Amino acid sequence: MTAAPVLRLDGVSLQYGQGSTSVTALSGIDLEIRRGELVAVMGASGSGKSSLLTVAGGLVRPTSGEVIVDGQWLSSLKPGQLAALRRRHLGFVFQDFNLVPALTAIENVSLPLELDGWKTSKAHRAARDALSTVELAEQADRFPDDLSGGQQQRVAIARAVVGGRSLILADEPTGALDSTTGEVVLRMLRGRVDHGAAAILVTHDARHAAWADRIVFIRDGRIVDESAYRGVETMVGRHA
Amino acid sequence: MSVRQGLLSVLSLGPNYGYQLRSEFERRTGGTWPLNIGQVYTTLDRLERDGLVRRGASTDEVQVLYEITAAGRDAAHTWLTRPVIREGATRDELAIKLALAVTIPGLDITALIQTQRSATLGALQDLTRLKRTDDRGDLAWELVLESMIFQLEAESRWLDHVEGRLTRIRDGRDPDPGDAAHPRPAERPASESTEAAR
Ligand SMILES: Nc1ncnc2c1ncn2[C@@H]1O[C@H](COP(=O)(O)OP(=O)(O)OP(=O)(O)O)[C@@H](O)[C@H]1O
Ligand SMILES: [Mg+2]
Repeated sequence: MTAAPVLRLDGVSLQYGQGSTSVTALSGIDLEIRRGELVAVMGASGSGKSSLLTVAGGLVRPTSGEVIVDGQWLSSLKPGQLAALRRRHLGFVFQDFNLVPALTAIENVSLPLELDGWKTSKAHRAARDALSTVELAEQADRFPDDLSGGQQQRVAIARAVVGGRSLILADEPTGALDSTTGEVVLRMLRGRVDHGAAAILVTHDARHAAWADRIVFIRDGRIVDESAYRGVETMVGRHA
Repeated sequence: MSVRQGLLSVLSLGPNYGYQLRSEFERRTGGTWPLNIGQVYTTLDRLERDGLVRRGASTDEVQVLYEITAAGRDAAHTWLTRPVIREGATRDELAIKLALAVTIPGLDITALIQTQRSATLGALQDLTRLKRTDDRGDLAWELVLESMIFQLEAESRWLDHVEGRLTRIRDGRDPDPGDAAHPRPAERPASESTEAAR
């Protein structure tokens, strides 16, 4: 593949705090993700998965190293430029959903589009489509508090993919979902990626990680191993 | 499971010739359990001997038509509706290997677990790719495939669990049951040497 990566992390390290109480969350992370690629990140609790996503998404500046999104060095952007890049190119699914309680599901989903200058009617149409891909069309006008945990999670996912973002960063997006609903979300995410987006999926669930093209394992803030789809015919027979 | 129960279940749907029975069985299990025809005829002979199938009135000179008996129908129903009980003792190579590995000094268990995890996830990726790119809508095949997927997932969770336990022991957050209960031969006090010799 020759296309420029959608995301590149170059020797990224991250330290929280300073002095004796500081915590090294990431050390020397190198990672490249291209269009059409879904990368899963797995690792024990506290290994640095969420930290990796927040740095990749420009929410937190790395202590050292570079983050490059769609060819732009995040360190070179002014705050306003960074915010605009995030709104247009990046969809983030937070581990704790991060929905605005005073807005309905559809308003939560259309918010980033409206902030980016879309007309409300057009933004709502796109939001409704995104909600129906996660099977929530019926709940569009409900407030987050009136939704189950799994439904809130799916609103957060719809918000991350609405408007065709090129890079989707999803932190445990299936954590609150049962097995078949989780699969609806993965199929949708996979579909976006197959249509030219790129995505990182943080998950504890091997069955969900297996939807990825590559799985990156991290331990103590370092990438320790990778597993890729090998294209091997498996032993599972299929009749003609 | 035995091929015997599977063939009997298919025969409960209607009489069949041997080769037909084989392809019907394979179709209904999504081709995940290929049978050879010799195996099918041997099984049919045993079922006939046990009074669970009999030879039907065939219109074919060469082929034998098999049909299920009332006793066979009961046996098939019993098998289908009874829970499957797995054998107690594990013969799983991975479980045994890791159990042994943790008792052998000098092995890097963390690396060993990661190598296995990577292989398990790789296999899981292969199966998942098969599942998500398949559009024939063959439910039988998908269900068998998914059962393999869930088994690999369980294996991966178990590896996480083993690693987590070993980390806690290494960090002193949990006591080391291995050291307390089963001192390694080299660490045995001399007075226990008679016991060790048994
Ligand atoms: N805001 C913060 N301030 C200080 N330390 C933090 C902060 N956020 C995370 N950490 C620490 O950084 C390390 C990595 O945390 P991170 O949230 O990235 O882990 P994680 O892999 O996402 O874990 P989990 O699976 O539990 O979500 C941990 O040791 C954590 O305690
Ligand atoms: Mg996290």
